[in-house]
Parts: sequence; C-alpha cells; structure tokens
Amino acid sequence: MPATGKTFRNIAAALLAAGALATVASPAFAQRDPAYAAGRANGTIGEKMDGYLGFVGNPSSDLKKLVNDLNIRRKASYADRARAQGVTIEEFAFTQGCLLIARTAPGEKYQAPDGSWQTRGSGPARVDPRCPAAG
Amino acid sequence: MARLTPAAAGANTAPMDFPRGRALDWQRLIACGTMVAGFSALAACVNVNAPAEPIVIELNVNIKQEVLYRLVDSAEENIEENPEIF
Repeated sequence: MPATGKTFRNIAAALLAAGALATVASPAFAQRDPAYAAGRANGTIGEKMDGYLGFVGNPSSDLKKLVNDLNIRRKASYADRARAQGVTIEEFAFTQGCLLIARTAPGEKYQAPDGSWQTRGSGPARVDPRCPAAG
Repeated sequence: MARLTPAAAGANTAPMDFPRGRALDWQRLIACGTMVAGFSALAACVNVNAPAEPIVIELNVNIKQEVLYRLVDSAEENIEENPEIF
C-alpha cells in the first residue's frame, strides 16, 4: 500500500513538473490574426488606456469587425479575472491596459495619459501615473 | 352677582403663574448654557482626535497598492494564456 501511494505521488509530481515546464516553455508568442497584426504594425489600431483596442484612423469594416470581436473577448477575460480578484471589470481592464501599453513594440500606437495617440518609440511608453510599475 | 368677584380673584392667579413660568425659563437657560458648554467641550475633544485621520488615509493607500500588484500578476497571466486576443 505505501509503495502504490509513493508511485502515485511520483507520477503526480512528474505531471506537475511537466505542466510547469509547458507553461514556462510557451512564450508570449503573439498568435495574432494576420489582419490584426498588420493593423497594429501600420498604426490603424492602437492600445487604449482602458485595456481595449482603438482605431487611430478610419478602419475598413472588416478590420472594425475583427477588432470589436477581440475587444469582446478581452472583456470576457477581464470579467472572469475581475470576479476572481474581487474588483470591478474597469479596474482590471485598466491594469491590463497599463501592461499592454508598456509592452507595445516600437512603431505601434498607444493612448497617452492625456488621451492622445502616440507612436511607441525606442524608449518607454507614457503610461498613466496610476499604473503600477510593470514587471 | 357675588360670583363676579371670584373671577377677579382668578385674574390674580395669573401673575402667580407668570413668575413660575419665568423660573422655568431660567432653568432652561441654565440647562442650555450647560449643554452649550458641554458641546464646546465635545468639539474640543474632536479637534484633539483630528490628527488620527491621516494615518487612516495612509492605510487605505497601502491596501490599494497591494490590490494593484495583485492585478498585475493576473493581467500578466491573462496575456500568457490568451496571446491571440492581445
């Protein structure tokens, strides 16, 4: 009996380790829709302070549909996590926005604290002073 | 007809009631004075307690910062788990 218990525990430990490895091994590879990736790259889509995507110019109806869909899926993820953390969706979305703006690539658009669209340069993005320091 | 004079006697009782009423006024004044004095004493107590307030505000700020850090971890996890929507 103790032997089987030990084996089971070993298997469980191995599974846990494998799971942890898989999580670490999968980087934040942006598995983005090509049209979305193109919109980010050419500056028609930008990251807003509220944690959602916005349009810098006039988007095509296809791109508009795509971005609206992404924003709906973003909101669903914010709602789940906000509930788990006991905060409002807006609070969570704002924190997410801080991270997403901080992680924009050079050339991409983001919304500055004054509400204006900015192009990310090589330096850090201008984030809201309420944003916690992104790790 | 003799009954008319007691009516005058009745009128005499009015001045007797009047001083009694006045006496009550004095008592009320004294009571009010005591209450005002009491309230001003209380007000002084509140002023003494006022410096405790900033400490409470600082505690609230600390709690807020803690919540924000907790959200950052979850937000980071959200990007890792749903890379296709970010």
